[in-house]
Amino acid sequence: MIPIDVRNLNKTYKGNFQALKNINLHIKTGEIFALLGPNGAGKTTLINTICGIVRPTNGTITVDGHDIITDFRAARSLIGLVPQELATDAFETVWHTVNFSRGLFGLAPNRAYVEKIIRQLSLWDKKNNKIMTLSGGMKRRVMIAKALSHEPKILFLDEPSAGVDVSLRKDMWENVRTLRDSGVTIILTTHYLEEAEEMADRISVINKGEIILTDNKDDLMKKLGHKTLTIDLDQPLNTVPPFLSAWKLDLDACAKQLHYHYSTAGGDTKVPQLLAGLSKAGIAYKDIHTNQSSLEEIFIELIK
Amino acid sequence: MNTYAIAAIYYFEMSRWLRTIGQSIAAPVISTSLYFVVFGSAIGSRMTQVDGIAYGSFIVPGLIMLAVVTESVSNASFGFYFPRFTGTIYELLSAPVDYAETLIGYVGAAATKSVLLGFLILLTANFFVPVHIQHPLLMLLFLVLTSVTFSLFGFIIGIWADGFEKLQIIPTLILTPLTFLGGSFYSIKMLPAFWQKVSMANPIVYLISGFRYSFYEAGDVNLSVSLLMICFFLIAAFCAARWMLKSGYKLKN
Repeated sequence: MIPIDVRNLNKTYKGNFQALKNINLHIKTGEIFALLGPNGAGKTTLINTICGIVRPTNGTITVDGHDIITDFRAARSLIGLVPQELATDAFETVWHTVNFSRGLFGLAPNRAYVEKIIRQLSLWDKKNNKIMTLSGGMKRRVMIAKALSHEPKILFLDEPSAGVDVSLRKDMWENVRTLRDSGVTIILTTHYLEEAEEMADRISVINKGEIILTDNKDDLMKKLGHKTLTIDLDQPLNTVPPFLSAWKLDLDACAKQLHYHYSTAGGDTKVPQLLAGLSKAGIAYKDIHTNQSSLEEIFIELIK
Repeated sequence: MNTYAIAAIYYFEMSRWLRTIGQSIAAPVISTSLYFVVFGSAIGSRMTQVDGIAYGSFIVPGLIMLAVVTESVSNASFGFYFPRFTGTIYELLSAPVDYAETLIGYVGAAATKSVLLGFLILLTANFFVPVHIQHPLLMLLFLVLTSVTFSLFGFIIGIWADGFEKLQIIPTLILTPLTFLGGSFYSIKMLPAFWQKVSMANPIVYLISGFRYSFYEAGDVNLSVSLLMICFFLIAAFCAARWMLKSGYKLKN
């Protein structure tokens, strides 16, 4: 059974603004799926539509085979959602708010399970504190605890790292991986592309309400990623010799480094030929190293 | 039916009320006492009986209705609007909860508070004037029906309002005047014939009249008409709230 299957989904808001355009998406069991896109691309609308917060204009969405409209109880009980905004009940305690969420999703009280979740998220010593007294990072973790309180099979994390410091972010990534390892399917949106690069199995890029591409992260990096070979020369070079023009080399300002930009997609990188050419021309070099373009650079290219 | 969700919403709403229990009890007790001082002692001492009932005792059912109607609307509207304002409503909208469970949780909690408040005012009134309830079950029926109906009405306002100002508009500009003009402090029969006819267009008249009948067997309107009217308002409010939740009006767009 496909955990989430979105077919021909459209959402048009009042004023004829089309937030989602013919979205088709199939999430696989147990994967970490990253949804990337600039602000206003439609990421949150898509998540909210799947979770039942926004009504779709047309199209179908099933969660583990359950239609989100006609079989909403079964569909929603499988989903946990951590929204982008820090929306919490300021006057409630951590313990009460997490238990409230569990009840709302139709599960009997289970002190041991709720305690486990709160401990896992390092909130146990704050369990009797009112949420208004917690820091932003702690509030974010409370929201994760609420989303996990009803033992969901699918977890949506809409910008989970927003406002969270670096060390806490790393802890959160670790928690997300642990959840994935326990069989939970995770869909996350993020502005931190390093987060998607670090964690995601597959990536979808959405822009102006349309899915531009969906691919395995590694394949995406391979297909669209570029590499740069940097050659540290022994002696400065006045100009790039004409016989090396085929490689379109850049000579840096100090004339001591040559840069060769190439794609790994085709397999033939022409790096060995370049190095052989340099040796043949008597151009000595001290060192060579390569840089892989980041997901961020790929993403910027895609949404241009 | 998701009974755990109903319990969660109900418990959440009741604990919100219990957090400010001092205020919740003190405010109605003080205002009721003031009404008795002003209307019961200052004005009532100069008035003869109304419908054969001492004026101080006559105003008790009206005072209870005044507080119950106001508090039902205020509690239910705030209870549902506040999560919308803070954004925590996302959780309810994404939960496996249908319209009936939502209504039972929110409206049930608001109505419970109103019924408790009604009894509290009744208790307070006993310190000032003698109060006899001829038909206790009928009194309870009217109290519960009114609490539920106006809690539903408050719930509708909680969905409709998109600001704290709007939350106050209907209670302040429509409900309070209707309650004051609905015979809380006088009998409709005391008005000139023209205004008696006008008053019949005020739905609160039927509630207060029926409620007063349960105390003293005296009312401005026939008991069965009062009961029919309260049932009509209840069904109308329920249908409106159900439509709002099912259509996602102001909630899912």
